[in-house]
Amino acid sequence: MISSLVTAFIVGGLICVVGQIFMDVFKLTPAHTLSTLVVLGSILDGFGLYEPLIDFAGAGATVPITSFGNSLTHGALAEAEKHGLIGVLTGMFEVTSSGISSAILFGVIGAFIFQKRKTTY
Amino acid sequence: MDQQQFQKIVDEKNPKVPFFMNILKAFIVGGIICTIGQLITFFYMRFFPFTEGTAGNPTVATLVFIAMILTGTGLYKKIAQIGGAGSAVPVTGFGNAVISAAIEHKSEGYVLGVGGNMFKLAGSVILFGVLSAFVVALIKTILVNIGVVSW
Repeated sequence: MISSLVTAFIVGGLICVVGQIFMDVFKLTPAHTLSTLVVLGSILDGFGLYEPLIDFAGAGATVPITSFGNSLTHGALAEAEKHGLIGVLTGMFEVTSSGISSAILFGVIGAFIFQKRKTTY
Repeated sequence: MDQQQFQKIVDEKNPKVPFFMNILKAFIVGGIICTIGQLITFFYMRFFPFTEGTAGNPTVATLVFIAMILTGTGLYKKIAQIGGAGSAVPVTGFGNAVISAAIEHKSEGYVLGVGGNMFKLAGSVILFGVLSAFVVALIKTILVNIGVVSW
């Protein structure tokens, strides 16, 4: 259990370091950085490399935003395997629903509960 | 003053970015968030019928919930000042972008304010995620169909 906590820390930390390098060295805005990482995650899954990373690092691979691109591609590929080309379109949100639905739900609840501060982000 | 001289002065006046310090901070903050995620994953595997492969989804939802509390109380902003990309890259950063936009535009009403602006910051992540997933899955499906690679 301790060892998987350590691998989650190291792998998750390294993905964040990649993001920090995008921001500092290539001078990308946070939105550009996140978009690039999502695209990278989806390409990695296209080569079948992201699932082994999740097996190895657990939350170190599922918590960073790269896993969002991975699960979108994963859903699309799983459905395409069953139903052919049309599955690419229909299967996309099958796996990744929790991130978006929870963000929408908790966003509305948060707006309901909390008052606006000067800046919250 | 020509363009090069101007650029030189701009470079001198800009504050130097402490690269290694930023990278170290991003590593530690991002690592801690992922470690908390791993603890939540253990929780779901121990007390609910989730496996290693499926526990990622409830973990993400729980982290977004935590991000809501931290965003609403203004704590996430402080974490972001320390962590940089370490707080933006994990899914809590995505949640923070959505939730802070929702709170920010609450005063304009729930339909036009919250509904219309919620994905102002995070929308690009969804757009490029869907677009790249479509292209990658399309290419792979075509390659499988013509027999170049297998699933």
